[in-house]
Amino acid sequence: MGRFHRHADGTAHAGADHAHGDLAHGDLAHGDHSGYETGPLRVEVLESILAENDRTAEANAADFARAGVRVVNLMSSPGAGKTTLLAAVLGRIGAAAGRVGIVEGDIETSLDADRLGGFGAQVALVNTGHGFGGECHLDATMVRAGLGQLDLDALDLLVIENVGNLVCPAEFAVGETAKAMVYAVTEGEEKPRKYPVMFRTVELVIVNKIDLLEHLDFDLEMFLANLDAVNPGVRTILVSAKTGAGLDEVCGWLLDQG
Amino acid sequence: MHELSICRSVAQVALRYAEGRPVGAVAVKVGALRQVVPSTLVRCWEIATATTPLQGAALLVEAVPAVVECRGCGARTELAEPFPRCARCGSAEVTIVQGEELLVASLELAEA
Repeated sequence: MGRFHRHADGTAHAGADHAHGDLAHGDLAHGDHSGYETGPLRVEVLESILAENDRTAEANAADFARAGVRVVNLMSSPGAGKTTLLAAVLGRIGAAAGRVGIVEGDIETSLDADRLGGFGAQVALVNTGHGFGGECHLDATMVRAGLGQLDLDALDLLVIENVGNLVCPAEFAVGETAKAMVYAVTEGEEKPRKYPVMFRTVELVIVNKIDLLEHLDFDLEMFLANLDAVNPGVRTILVSAKTGAGLDEVCGWLLDQG
Repeated sequence: MHELSICRSVAQVALRYAEGRPVGAVAVKVGALRQVVPSTLVRCWEIATATTPLQGAALLVEAVPAVVECRGCGARTELAEPFPRCARCGSAEVTIVQGEELLVASLELAEA
């Protein structure tokens, strides 16, 4: 009875053995096994809610692999400095910026995309809004729509600048090679504990605006301890997009050179 | 507030499995390590399914607790907070074995 099988009530599923008291069968009345139809028909599904998104993410990832482009999904809260950081990075890497693409996700406006023009990078704008409000994150389908605006074969690096939000973007894979976030010291020490999904999902946290540390009560050691509690051993780089501190290390990481 | 998009995804999956039959309820599992709020999910479900064939179908949300297995002492413990730590020895060297679920478990078809 361990294989795919059909029940008297018409439901069918593959699975080890029946444990009809288990969680999957939960509260829903499951027809008995006597051969009489009792209770409503149940259909086993056991499919990821985000399966559709994940399939599109896999298609994106396959396109990225074919073109040989490294893709970084860059997330943060609004105002942490993603766009300023990217502008500083593009300015710093000079001619190499021509091999960089940016997918700019914003609920409304092209303001950020406009700021990133003029460095030689390819910029694709994806507005998630449709009139009143909009999606709070980029999903794989929105990124896929943005890819049509880019020549992937001409790129070494594609940065997906996600919508500013510490909750939702963490849930949606877009086909990226790596996830990173920008965190500003003005946001306080406790955010990793309040938004653990986002902080746990990334492999790099770029701690921005360190030029402001002398003006703030921000306790960097406490922030790093909170971060380590949520994502043990995660890499951090301390930067100031304004003064340029730490930017060489960010450029190296983005271009996969260390 | 990504619960609305999640509900739209649930609806897509449910309609595919329903194959045109009327649906009375949709059961989903949500792990404690996902930032998905069950009560918000239920509210968004009504919005997402209004004017669709799923209108009126109930959304049954089962919250799945987070469980880690310690690579040091081997204990399997439930997390009280969303921080990956062994509740027995305190080690951070743990593997998450449960709590990241986000899936449609089953459908209950309505009497046609």
